[in-house]
Amino acid sequence: MAEKRRNTLNIALIGNPNAGKSSLFNALTGLNQQIGNFPGITVDKKIGYFKLPDNSEARVLDLPGTYSLFPKSIDEEVAVKVLCNSNHEDFPDVTIVVADATNLKRSLFLCTQVIDLKIPVVLVLNMVDLAQKNRIEINTNKLSELLGVPVVGMNAREGKGVDELKHALQQKINASSQNIVEIDKLEERVIKDISNALQANCVFASFIVANNLHNITNYIHNVEKREEIKKILEINNASAQKLQALESIERYRQLTTIIAQTVRRTQIVDSLTKKLDDVFTHRIWGYVIFLFILFSVFQAIFTFAEYPMQFIESSFANFSAWLGGILPKGVATDLLINGVLAGLSGIVVFVPQIALLFAFIAILEDTGYMSRVSFIMDKIMRRFGLNGRSVIPLISGVACAVPAIMGARTISNFKERLLTIFVTPLMSCSARLPVYTLLIALSVPSKLMWGFFNLQGLVLMGLYLIGFFAALGSAFIFKFFLKTKEASYFIMEMPVYRQPRWKNVGLTIVEKVKVFLFESGKIILAVSVILWFLASFAPGNKFQELEANYKEQIIAAQDQNNTIAVNELGKELSSKKLEYSYAGIMGKALEPAIKPLGFDWKIGISLVTSFAAREVFVGTMATIYSVGADEENTQSIREKMSAAKNPDTGEQSYTLAVAVALMLFYAFSMQCMSTIAVVYRETKSWKIPLLQFLYMGSLAYFASYVAYNWLK
Amino acid sequence: MLKPLSEMKLSESATIESFSDLPLSLKLLEMGCTPGEVVKLVRIAPAGDPIAIEVSGYVLSLRKQEASTVKVKMLK
Repeated sequence: MAEKRRNTLNIALIGNPNAGKSSLFNALTGLNQQIGNFPGITVDKKIGYFKLPDNSEARVLDLPGTYSLFPKSIDEEVAVKVLCNSNHEDFPDVTIVVADATNLKRSLFLCTQVIDLKIPVVLVLNMVDLAQKNRIEINTNKLSELLGVPVVGMNAREGKGVDELKHALQQKINASSQNIVEIDKLEERVIKDISNALQANCVFASFIVANNLHNITNYIHNVEKREEIKKILEINNASAQKLQALESIERYRQLTTIIAQTVRRTQIVDSLTKKLDDVFTHRIWGYVIFLFILFSVFQAIFTFAEYPMQFIESSFANFSAWLGGILPKGVATDLLINGVLAGLSGIVVFVPQIALLFAFIAILEDTGYMSRVSFIMDKIMRRFGLNGRSVIPLISGVACAVPAIMGARTISNFKERLLTIFVTPLMSCSARLPVYTLLIALSVPSKLMWGFFNLQGLVLMGLYLIGFFAALGSAFIFKFFLKTKEASYFIMEMPVYRQPRWKNVGLTIVEKVKVFLFESGKIILAVSVILWFLASFAPGNKFQELEANYKEQIIAAQDQNNTIAVNELGKELSSKKLEYSYAGIMGKALEPAIKPLGFDWKIGISLVTSFAAREVFVGTMATIYSVGADEENTQSIREKMSAAKNPDTGEQSYTLAVAVALMLFYAFSMQCMSTIAVVYRETKSWKIPLLQFLYMGSLAYFASYVAYNWLK
Repeated sequence: MLKPLSEMKLSESATIESFSDLPLSLKLLEMGCTPGEVVKLVRIAPAGDPIAIEVSGYVLSLRKQEASTVKVKMLK
């Protein structure tokens, strides 16, 4: 993270959600954006850079959207932490408050709180065009005079007013001399004592800090100080919440006077929005349209993404083949090709799905439609502890959990977001499909049920349904266990509908792809190198022994020009190598644990290797059963597997019971390092991914155990 | 006539009188639902819950349970 630089104007950007804060951030900084972390919390820290008209540098910190300095979530807390502490590393020289001109009173609530902190403020009145269209006239000069801060009218979507803002920022901006709410006059004794105790130079800042004493994280690290303030409140029989209510009512009272002097409005709510809402929240059309949108999202990431994904995979494969041709054979080349390049390919391959999903999400958020989804889905999803917005991540999870989990960011309530992230990997993703297809073909006869349902198709559908119900059921159970300090409200603005801003959509995609590639990517790369090592090395010189054993036979076959035999021997050698590799040793070590599920060590190896991605199961099976893995010839894998015999009993290895147990295992278990990496990145801790891994693993084990013993 | 916000009918208007849940009232206050403010019920979700009200020039949605903590005085 770039440090604050001298000679750089440090700006904080704050505003209500939907006020157009991100449009302004994008208009100011374009692609000069970085994403970092606020230490210890899951909130992304967005910083951008731009040049002022005199060519000096400005650094903008984009604070999470909030309605007030009384935070209700960890995201909103960030603003208070930065703005109420002049020693904070991000404490700004000047704060831009973005206000929605069509919603001025509520926007000014936050704005005047920031003004009362005695921080230099520039007020940006965004969407002035829309306000004019709705016949709202704002006297900006009068407003500027009453608030004591510069006011700039803007239409951030079209970039109008951005230059004026830059010029305004270049002037020396002083903190306003006005106090909109004289907090010390409301509860004189308490506020005075608190402000003395905190030795703050701003009375209002000390009020905010005292008010957030019992909030989600601690503002005051000094325990004695905390106790002192608690005592002050107790002695005066005051409560932080009552003070806060008093402050809010007084502030709105002041704002009513300010608005009366500066705004003339003749029309109230956008009539187009009303008409659109009649359709989008209609009891039939609302759901039909939502289903259609879900279907489009699903189609895009399931079907359309397939082409660029194939292109990425084949490009990597071609490049690897070419490199393999020119580089000398050896461990380093093998590491580069089968470890690093394979890992990179496994990361980049997610980009099309992430880009497509976020294109949809950005459009749905930008237009205001997403809050209508919450509105019509809330009653259903609430039962499961989820949000209406959880529906899109959940359904996207059927294509791939990785973009889906990233998409859960649109859920502002932390508990609901966490639950969504927690259960999304249970949805049957497309990586499970090759595993299911192979195992169904192996164990389920292709016959018609009740005249027209194909039994194989029914089983496949059943597996998808199991994933879906497991996700909802788990959410239902975990909502009772998951405790957060955040209060859960539904109270939410339904913004007016707007055109999507394509630049914002594009920048959202770039941002999400960057975050995935550079943050989750490094974990995925590390794990793929480890997995490569496990499958390519054996203790001692076991591999040399194996190679020596086969060498003679292979040479003999070559002498006879028997290419088929050479191929067969090569495959057998690969199979033996895998068996004696570290991965093979792990698979064998797993055998006692998975025997109750009907799995042997060969399946054990596949469980280890398919941690890279579930579909690796098919390739590993191919290697173990000496079928050319590169051929991806499921027909021959199936034949080999179905012919496989249990060495102890002499019976068929892959009975119906084993196949069903195995499918259930793959349905439930967290066999995906990319998902784990993404959950880590989204929750910024190993706790949730670890818990998920254990929970899903236990669920998988239990389900497979029951199924195997019942069908055996 | 006083009644809970949750019992308002579509298109009815009322003024906010009081709150019965302090933490919840803080959130409503900052969203502009202050005592004396006029609210109008503009939409009810298909499942009957949540509801949406018009307040200080914009539309705010909330659950019925949340609305039941707000007492309103009906206008005409």
